[in-house]
Amino acid sequence: MGYDVAIIGGGVIGCAIARELSRLRLNIVVLEKECDVAAGSSKANSGIVHGGHDCTPGTLKARFNVEANPMFDELSKTLDFPFKRNGSLVLAFEEDQIPKLEALKQQGIANGVPGLEIIGRDEIVKLEPNISDTVVAALQVPTGGIVCPYEMTFAFAENAAANGVTFRLNFFAETIEKRDGLFYISGPAGEVTARVLINAAGLYADTVNNMLSKHPITITPRSGEYCLLDKTEGDLVSHTLFQLPTKAGKGILVTPTVDGNLLLGPTSHPIADKDDKATTRAGLQEVLQTAQKDVQHLPVNKVITSFTGLRATAEGDDFIIGPSPDVENLFNVAGIASPGLTSAPAIAQYVAGLVAQATHAEQNPDFQPVRRAFPRFRHMTDAQRQKAIAENPDYGHIICRCEQVTKAEILAAIRGPLGVHDIDAIKRRTRAGMGRCQGGFCLMRIPEIVAQELHIPLNEVTKNGSGTNLLMDPDKQSL
Amino acid sequence: MQEIDLAIIGGGPAGLAAALGAHAEGVKDIVIFERDSAPGGILNQCIHNGFGLHTFKEELTGPEYAERFLQQVLAAKIPIWRNTMVLDITPGRVITAVNEQGEVKVKAKAIILAMGCRERPRGALNIPGTRPAGIFTAGTAQKYVNLNGYLPGREVVILGSGDIGLIMARRLTLEGAHVQAVVELMPFSTGLKRNIVQCLDDFGIPLMLSHTVTEIIGKKRVEAVKIAQVDDKRQPIAGTEQLIKCDTLLLSVGLLPENELSKSAGVQLSPITGGAVVDDRLQTSVEGIFACGNVLHVHDLVDFVSEESMLAGRSAARYILKNQSQKRHNIPIITKQGVRYTVPSFVDPALMDDPLAVRFRVDKVYRDHRICVYFGDQLETSRKTRILTPGEMESVTLTRAMFEKHAGAPSVTIAIEEA
Repeated sequence: MGYDVAIIGGGVIGCAIARELSRLRLNIVVLEKECDVAAGSSKANSGIVHGGHDCTPGTLKARFNVEANPMFDELSKTLDFPFKRNGSLVLAFEEDQIPKLEALKQQGIANGVPGLEIIGRDEIVKLEPNISDTVVAALQVPTGGIVCPYEMTFAFAENAAANGVTFRLNFFAETIEKRDGLFYISGPAGEVTARVLINAAGLYADTVNNMLSKHPITITPRSGEYCLLDKTEGDLVSHTLFQLPTKAGKGILVTPTVDGNLLLGPTSHPIADKDDKATTRAGLQEVLQTAQKDVQHLPVNKVITSFTGLRATAEGDDFIIGPSPDVENLFNVAGIASPGLTSAPAIAQYVAGLVAQATHAEQNPDFQPVRRAFPRFRHMTDAQRQKAIAENPDYGHIICRCEQVTKAEILAAIRGPLGVHDIDAIKRRTRAGMGRCQGGFCLMRIPEIVAQELHIPLNEVTKNGSGTNLLMDPDKQSL
Repeated sequence: MQEIDLAIIGGGPAGLAAALGAHAEGVKDIVIFERDSAPGGILNQCIHNGFGLHTFKEELTGPEYAERFLQQVLAAKIPIWRNTMVLDITPGRVITAVNEQGEVKVKAKAIILAMGCRERPRGALNIPGTRPAGIFTAGTAQKYVNLNGYLPGREVVILGSGDIGLIMARRLTLEGAHVQAVVELMPFSTGLKRNIVQCLDDFGIPLMLSHTVTEIIGKKRVEAVKIAQVDDKRQPIAGTEQLIKCDTLLLSVGLLPENELSKSAGVQLSPITGGAVVDDRLQTSVEGIFACGNVLHVHDLVDFVSEESMLAGRSAARYILKNQSQKRHNIPIITKQGVRYTVPSFVDPALMDDPLAVRFRVDKVYRDHRICVYFGDQLETSRKTRILTPGEMESVTLTRAMFEKHAGAPSVTIAIEEA
């Protein structure tokens, strides 16, 4: 298949660029090696819309972070993904850390971050009654916010798909060559060609670039372990709490999530294997111990799950964004570690501008900017529920009790524009299985719905891509 | 708003028996709310035998045991609202439920909480490692094997020696899988002795006490687990790690009473059991709301669930028929030395069933000890036991005569003492 633009990588960056490019008359494909978009770093991160105070002035990180931050209010409404501007606090535990807060504030001002204030203990306690006794001062960042990172990615992807972008899931770009002005991208799932190639391959952006360019880049994975606490603890704090940043990054934070849980993490350790998403005993202990410093009586026994996300860090610790120095029409969007999620909307606009220049593409007059998520039973009023059930009785059939997810929502996820049907993909779209029982009730029911909907036997239902079948043989085959 | 006499939340063994108890006592306007398409609860997937030894003096399978109660409920024409999920209960006893016909609000004169329990998931243990396919709670695996007819895996390690885990060790073996070991954090099993003998010993499956899983390995599917011995603080001992190759990890690491609705109704919960604090009528801290079965405290034997639930049903019926709460004179039951909790926590000698069974669990294994019952500081009964374990629920019987003999005793104390 021949396209104008191929985007390698269906993370938040690839999907945001795809959506932005769909404003133009271009034939676009997103190639994603996993069975769903947002399957890598985009699904496992802090979900923070950063203010931008901790980026080194003059870097791409500072530029795109500060540019993108104010876009979220409007964008989250247009694309219907959860976002809350809850504000952040950077905490100081000793008097001698206050000059460091001041330096951070000055850096933020240099970056153009509005509203930064250093506040004392009394004011902090008013904002956060459960703050640790040892906190003496904080840098208040009113523009800080929280999003659901995978919902945000789905929103970009679904809107892009609605505007004509093709998504090829399970497409692994094994070889990429450029001949006669065309990129040939092939792998086990086939071959596509494109005039323009956008490298948004996350942890593998180096592999993609280095197949084409004589200017190699190196991406190092940095692992970040997290613990997620029960919704009973979601109100413990209202702001995102940071400790002072270190060389390894912004450090371990404590934050409410847009879904009402409490999230602790991440650690920050360079690792060798780009697929190693294991949590470790030491890492989880580090998360819990560090987070306990911020909050009085952090209920660490309320952990409902833990996970690891990998950040794609480039040499020089800045984003690599722009045209390749030696390969025409190759655009790299690489090294997108934090604040990559925050920066995504601004990066997408910038890259789309570069592609527009390179392709001289016209505006797409049919572009439809608005995307609506399917209605969630848990957000409905009683009257809305009656109406939804009357129109579709599946809205009256609760599958996940903890998160109150109905059969209608499970089916909406399966029948959605990207055509996903793995249990984890359904989980991320509906929250079924994300509650405190972690799928104890619904994990028995969702695979049955998938099997029925796809007309496949139960043992062909997969958790997260090929080779992740939940069940093995029928057990009474020989009878 | 529809008004009914009695709402029973859950149509498992507790809910069915509670309905029968209330019906026999004279309350006829009852609704059982059941979230599943079929009543019977967890019994439907418990196809092994051993149910009903106390109640029917014969060995039934789970579905057979449920069927006996269900037939009586159907004969009594007690409606069961199937596929109906209760979303909320208010302290004023208004129930919000949803099914494919719509969302309904029902006001009940009394409510019996019979929601059962759920299994503790992996996340609650925070086991490090990857998150591949092949990790199941034992109950989920049981459902897949017994109701859907699929094996969850071929090479299996089971973490936790709860009864469902033990039962599944045998079931998976019979279905052709290989169970490598049952790994138990504690120095004793939390399952019934008979299950250890019949499900592990008879099949040569090793039970590794004071061990735990320290890491899950495998990117797409479970490939192995690391296990290690633990010290007396339950921390892994360095140097004792070993790798067990397997494709499946089953978790049987505890059952948690499912009390989300009880909390919304304002019911006081015990930090020990995770269930409601109740009096001898099994009434919770909220008037007119009763609790029974595994939502109250986790049982080993369904027979005792039925017995307890009949009492909850009778109590709710009496409450409805008298149309008011009775003035109670509660005497607390105090736990001491080895007794973790009791159900009930309070007793009114004038209003209680006579005799009254007080059920409890011990905190660790005791050999050759006595179960002692004190009224005030007077020892009333003392029973010698060869072995007491946390895995087996114990009980003592209180009679009205005992209270009359010790009139004025401020409390009843249950304690485990050396023989």
